[in-house]
Amino acid sequence: MARTVIEVNDLVTRFGDRLVHDHISLHIEEGEIYGFLGPSGCGKSTLLREIIFLEPIQSGSIRILESDVCGYGHDDVQELRKRWGVLFQSNALFTSLTVAENIALPLKEHTRFPAPLIDEIVAFKLDIVGLRQRDGFLYPSEISGGMQKKAALARALAFDPVLLFLDEPTSGLDPISARDFDALIVKLRDMMNLTIVMVTHDLASIENTLDRMAIIDERKIVAEGTLDEVKQANSPFVRTFFAGEAK
Amino acid sequence: MGAELKIEKRQGGQTVVYCSGAWEALHLDAVVPALDALSRCGRGRSVEFDLSETTRFDSVAATALLRVQRSLEECGGTVTFTHDDGKKASVLQMVRRYGHPGSRFDVKEPGIFEQAGRTAVHMLEESRGVLDFIGHTFVALWQSLLGKKPWRFKETLYQIDESAIKALWIIGLTMFLVGIVVAYQSAIQLRTYGANIFIVDMMGISILRELAPMLTAIIVAGRSGSAFAAQIGVMKLTEEIDAMRTMGFDPYAYLVLPRMVALIVMMPILIFFADMFGMLGGMLVAKAELGISSTLFLERFASVVHIKHFVAGVVKGPFFAVIIAGIGIYRGLGVKNDTESIGINTTRSVVESIFTVIICDALFSIVFTNLGF
Repeated sequence: MARTVIEVNDLVTRFGDRLVHDHISLHIEEGEIYGFLGPSGCGKSTLLREIIFLEPIQSGSIRILESDVCGYGHDDVQELRKRWGVLFQSNALFTSLTVAENIALPLKEHTRFPAPLIDEIVAFKLDIVGLRQRDGFLYPSEISGGMQKKAALARALAFDPVLLFLDEPTSGLDPISARDFDALIVKLRDMMNLTIVMVTHDLASIENTLDRMAIIDERKIVAEGTLDEVKQANSPFVRTFFAGEAK
Repeated sequence: MGAELKIEKRQGGQTVVYCSGAWEALHLDAVVPALDALSRCGRGRSVEFDLSETTRFDSVAATALLRVQRSLEECGGTVTFTHDDGKKASVLQMVRRYGHPGSRFDVKEPGIFEQAGRTAVHMLEESRGVLDFIGHTFVALWQSLLGKKPWRFKETLYQIDESAIKALWIIGLTMFLVGIVVAYQSAIQLRTYGANIFIVDMMGISILRELAPMLTAIIVAGRSGSAFAAQIGVMKLTEEIDAMRTMGFDPYAYLVLPRMVALIVMMPILIFFADMFGMLGGMLVAKAELGISSTLFLERFASVVHIKHFVAGVVKGPFFAVIIAGIGIYRGLGVKNDTESIGINTTRSVVESIFTVIICDALFSIVFTNLGF
């Protein structure tokens, strides 16, 4: 059986009076592409942000790579952060750096590699995400949205992470670039043995990429499993969301 | 456990490198110097990397090893890899396929001629931009005066509150302290000559004519000039200004005029306020240090400090206002598509407006002197 990489147990989150997560639990296995689905405002992104330490965990526990991260101090968190890459919805590329400098940044900061080696690593990362070498010299404002996504993905992969988190990776892309990006994600998972966790709304993307998924609705996880399993769930959201293709 | 390697030399020039531990980006620092040394020494060497003991082997490690292979093969050596499982082989294969040996991404530093040329072109563009800005502002003003575009009263009042009313405290406090400092320093000198009462003349003229207008302008430039630049800069970055244009709102009428008018109206009032607090500071020191009572101080003030000194100070207000608001907004509109340029433009707005205010003040001094004002 595959190793469990992320395990969320009894997580409760509330903002003021509003309960966002009511005792939710899920587990993500090694090598999976796992999705968080749900209506907007259901707390998918919050869940993702809690897993990657951008939001404090209020109650419950999260285990990542087989250790409980709730008691982690600053150094442990910093170590863990180097083991994952995050692709933000708005890319969050550093606009004052070129694409190549963006990808090289984590390597320059966390290692003492000589510059030629770093550049070669950057060149490799550019190629696997499908960017041309000369795109490395451009600034984020000089390239298209799809290319920015790929550049941000290359930066997330700079460290050959074990885990990759994607927040709505195909939003804002045209359908062709979006499908292209789906294929890229699956290719990278197979090539680099990644475990990928993503928040998504995109039906085609769900069908093309996800192995398993969790549907969050009404503060709880209403279904967890493969696409076929999830479609059987009895939830208004699931019925409307998959209604179009059910017939 | 980090990456480790053990080098074993065998007979016949064969070198075997036993790799162990986690050969991944995070833990590779320890072996990179050794790999560099390996790739430098000796021609015609044959090196075998034994990867069977590595617990992890990622593309960064593979890139580093393939660099060694390349540089050894260039001088006639051979490099082979032995591994226990297909995964490591496929990582090597992947890096061979997608890697780009010898890629460099240095950004070229421009040479001296290129830099001079760029600066010249940049200055030309800048002067055109300034003229453009002044022209647009006047057109917007003209159209507003003709009634073709509505005056944005609410926005203007908001700016008056934001950049003038909320600045009253800090301006009052600063001028009060400056009044105390100037009066205190001069009190010592004046007492030596027994010219105590002249502190009133001195304070009156220096504060009303120069200190109050200048310090008010500097504080407003620091508070509001920078705020204009940063706010409009971010609006440009988030395409809000483009959105306004597409909806038919002229940014000059909507953003520039309210800010400029607010400062033009309020600067004289702020200067007047600064005058009062500066004189108050002077009066306190005159009483404490020189024994001049408030009544005597005010009487003397009324009789010797001519109204022209007050006018000369307040008249500068609207001019300083145009400089501060104009430079702040112009710099905001000059923000390019990256976050760094917000910082650069905000800094420049403050530095340039203070500098220009001082130049303008010097010009006023010359003009007023020649007019006998």
